[in-house]
Amino acid sequence: MFILIVGAGRVGSAVAKSALAAGHEVSVLDEDPLSHERLDAGQSKSWEDSGGQFTVGTALETDALIQAGIERADAFIASTAGDNTNLVIAQIAQKRFGVEKSIVRVMDPARADWYGEQGLRTISPTKHAIDMFERALAPDTESEAA
Amino acid sequence: MYAIIAGAGKVGRNLARELISKDHEVTLIESSRSCYLACEEEFEHAVQYGDATELWVLERAGIQRADLVIAVTGDDEDNILVCQVAKEKYLCERVIARVNNPRNHDHFRLLGIQPAVSATDLILRLIEHEVPRYGLVHLLALEEERLEIIELEVANDAPTVGEKVSDIALPEGCLIISVLRGGSGFVPKADTVIEAGDEVLLVLDPGLEEAITAYFAPNGTPAAF
Repeated sequence: MFILIVGAGRVGSAVAKSALAAGHEVSVLDEDPLSHERLDAGQSKSWEDSGGQFTVGTALETDALIQAGIERADAFIASTAGDNTNLVIAQIAQKRFGVEKSIVRVMDPARADWYGEQGLRTISPTKHAIDMFERALAPDTESEAA
Repeated sequence: MYAIIAGAGKVGRNLARELISKDHEVTLIESSRSCYLACEEEFEHAVQYGDATELWVLERAGIQRADLVIAVTGDDEDNILVCQVAKEKYLCERVIARVNNPRNHDHFRLLGIQPAVSATDLILRLIEHEVPRYGLVHLLALEEERLEIIELEVANDAPTVGEKVSDIALPEGCLIISVLRGGSGFVPKADTVIEAGDEVLLVLDPGLEEAITAYFAPNGTPAAF
């Protein structure tokens, strides 16, 4: 599978590395050339030597998306720092380039829900965090039992 | 009319001022605390502090009853999302978005955000209008309807000079709707004769511009832009 990841922060770069290790073809687009170092960190070979692709450019630039290979992407991951950027580019991937699987990180739980209903695959880390805090606060039956 | 304006920068503030002076109800939404506080002195309860891309902020502003949502922040992503949510989630019938970077215009179109207004495009269009070449000026583009209205100046030696309107065999999909001559305009009849120096207004299907220019340009050659 050819996977395009836009935004190589902590999440994006980790997913990129594991997807590459799992045998997928991975291309990463980030506006900051320094993000490349995150892809190399802790690896024995550089990102490119391991078979990865890296493009410097902003997510809303159609040319940058094309250069990063969006036209042949099977999956698209929007994991930049901005919810709004992620939601717009994930829709561009889906509607303009027909990428089948468009997955988008949305911090705001309310919009993650609504855009989820509109057909985007949304992932909201905030929702998971809320859930985990709530469980951590609840009377701790599981660990007591253990 | 009730209008919600996202972004209290220069554009947002001036729009709010104009609409309020015309007795419309307005809520300005601004996400920068310092900018909000500066606006509050002038607009009082008509400005709210918050990120207009968040649903609860829009709901607090009463988006359910808004007749018009105008997104004029400095971020194109934000403007797209505010309008998208207003239209598709809250079924607001009229939205207007500002395009900051003209290269993002396609994204607005793709996601159905119309009209999307770009200051750069407007100025470019004015430049086109002000530079008197034998080119054509786009007066209006009805994108949904797929029609355009353009203006052309008739060159001295254009092939149509001296021809009756009924004798000019224009391509399918265009029509001369008005002729401006000597400072006043009129709707041409079949026997109206086109003169050099006339400005003709045409309505046409998009994409016919170059073919049309040939009829009114010198020697039938379109001007190079």
